Amino acid sequence: MAFTISFHKSSVLTSTVKILKRSLNTTRVLANKQMTVRDALNSAMDDEMERDERVFILGEEVAMYDGAYKVSRGLYKKYGEKRVIDTPITEIGFAGIAVGAAMAGLRPICEFMTFNFSLQAIDHVINSAAKTFYMSAGMVNVPIVFRGPNGAAAGVAAQHSQCFGAWYSQCPGLKVISPYSSEDARGLLKAAIRDPDPVVFLENELLYGNQYPITDEVLDKDFVLPIGKAKIERKGDHITFVAHSKGVELALDAAKELSSVGIETEVINLRSLRPLDINTIIQSVVRTNHIISIEQGWPYAGIGSEIAAQIMESEAFYHLDAPVIRVTGADVPMPYTKSLEIAALPQINNIVDAAKKLLGV
Amino acid sequence: MNGFSILRKHSFKNVLPLYESRFFSSTPAEATFETKPFKLHKLENGPSPTVTLSSEDAIKYYKQMQTIRRMETAAGNLYKEKIVRGFCHLYSGQEACAVGMKAMFRDTDSIITAYRAHGWTYLMGVDPFNVLSELTGHKSGSSRGKGGSMHMYAKNFYGGNGIVGAQVPLGTGIALAAKYSGTGGVCFTLYGDGAANQGQVFEAFNIAKLLDIPCVYVCENNGYGMGTSSSRASASVAYYTRGDYIPGIWVDGMDILAVREAARFAIDYCSSGKGPLVLETETYRYSGHSMSDPGTSYRTRDEVQEVRQTRDPITSFKEKIIGANLVNIDELTKIDSEIKAQIDDAVKRAKADTEIPLSELAGDVYSKPLETTIRGVSPFQSLEHMNIGPAVNLR
Repeated sequence: MAFTISFHKSSVLTSTVKILKRSLNTTRVLANKQMTVRDALNSAMDDEMERDERVFILGEEVAMYDGAYKVSRGLYKKYGEKRVIDTPITEIGFAGIAVGAAMAGLRPICEFMTFNFSLQAIDHVINSAAKTFYMSAGMVNVPIVFRGPNGAAAGVAAQHSQCFGAWYSQCPGLKVISPYSSEDARGLLKAAIRDPDPVVFLENELLYGNQYPITDEVLDKDFVLPIGKAKIERKGDHITFVAHSKGVELALDAAKELSSVGIETEVINLRSLRPLDINTIIQSVVRTNHIISIEQGWPYAGIGSEIAAQIMESEAFYHLDAPVIRVTGADVPMPYTKSLEIAALPQINNIVDAAKKLLGV
Repeated sequence: MNGFSILRKHSFKNVLPLYESRFFSSTPAEATFETKPFKLHKLENGPSPTVTLSSEDAIKYYKQMQTIRRMETAAGNLYKEKIVRGFCHLYSGQEACAVGMKAMFRDTDSIITAYRAHGWTYLMGVDPFNVLSELTGHKSGSSRGKGGSMHMYAKNFYGGNGIVGAQVPLGTGIALAAKYSGTGGVCFTLYGDGAANQGQVFEAFNIAKLLDIPCVYVCENNGYGMGTSSSRASASVAYYTRGDYIPGIWVDGMDILAVREAARFAIDYCSSGKGPLVLETETYRYSGHSMSDPGTSYRTRDEVQEVRQTRDPITSFKEKIIGANLVNIDELTKIDSEIKAQIDDAVKRAKADTEIPLSELAGDVYSKPLETTIRGVSPFQSLEHMNIGPAVNLR
């Protein structure tokens, strides 16, 4: 049965003045510096290794090769083989070793070449890292960061194109971060390394080379962002988009397009998937009365599903003028076929269409 | 005056036998024994088969083994009474492995084991009462009753792991931390003959050898992985050779003195920067795999009886130390009854103890919680996160 939503006309176009004011916000950039996400991650690890002798990196190709995606570039030269450790291609082995080292007081950064391979090691992420603190009644906390690129890259087919945001976020005991910009990457990775609990840090290969404006404050060695707090990337009153990682880029692009037809979108960059900053989402929905979640991961029991459920169980439900809608990856394994790959992932027009439908325009 | 003379008279009367008994039973400060020969893999020299034991240590080891045996019997009974829930894997028969290794531990050495963890928890400093309370799920349990049989921890003791083989990379990591921090310590990483076939064991071996990690891998071969005999599960049952490029030693795991000598050798070897070592301790478990397994479908009662009669680690040690006059039978009988009283008392208290309050359902999920509220079973049952434990890696 087709899912038809009876969209009532909401007062989208009533406040033109306000809209114009809002759109000015998006042109605020002009920060003095730019930094790629890759460099942001690299500098975050460098800072934290300098700050704390217990911090070390291990993973495949992290040392002499400078990282499969060059995220750890230069660190082996600077810190040597004790602190930047190349491992064999044996995920459950090195992930387990990393967790054991964390139990015994070190601060490992365990790099998965991509998170697809973390499946080989998921027992250590879940059973060894996430649950030990609870099982030991608060004795053995596990300060570890599992990081690496997550989600769909380009043309790499089903086994290498999966978002693990929902998988890891489901597990209590873990903190799960999914950054978008360079500021996110730097501030949140530094926070993750300093955090005394296990953190899953989901990067995106397609964002590594992107440059984002960055301020002197962000470059400060003591700069950290709070884990569990979302960022409003764009203010708007008509509809809320909530997204993470690559989804934020899509959301912002869609918002720009909608703005040209007078629809002002609030874009929430989740930054953390667990804890989920539901309060920021609720506050936004209370104003906009419409929300769409955007993610590249699968729809079934996804991040959007969780957001929808939490909205239903909150005050925000009474402020909705339309149902919560999810724009997600299609419910299929990722095809290699170029045209199908595009169709399997949310595109700007999918988001724009969904928003218009929701707003009845 | 009168009393004094009686006392003197009494004393004189007993002087000779007393003197004799002292002379022959307790005077030898130590005795020497021969262990079964060690089998070596990729080693020129192994542990010494000639071992020396002091009477003081003899008593200590006897006490420790007997305490584990008693405690496990009590745990089994509590399970049968349905007071212990879920899992309960008993160590009876394998005591010499743990006590022998522990005898050589230094302050810097650590250990991680699998799900047969009660005995180790006690040896690493947790009172039997707190072990049994963990089993009864009560608040005096070493994990406040939240972990249960397989999840107990103590200083330098990282559990208690319920996932077969998972503790092997973890132990390797603990040993890596010792090397990284320069403590000079080693980590004893224990697994059974069943886990010995797990892929991650070999991944850990490989990395440990590449990085010269001071990890002592101990395969406690009790003959059965659950109900599958070692020869039905392992293409090679020479577990001490299965580190391939890692040297290994086969040890009679029913002889505490052999295990102790092997542990001494292993600590020296791994602490001197030579990398990891594999020990296989051949042993036996009297109980089934867990309490739900009577342990009789895949082996005969005769087999169990025969081990009890001919190879029991406690009985054989007892005979040995009495034979060498390191202790006398009266001392051991006294120890036995002290341990029985101690465990009986622990059982009583573990039963009478209470569970932690419901509020601790949301206790210690995170050492640095970022949300104060945790969802309960419905949005109308919110829980407050609370921190109770010491969180040893907080700083």
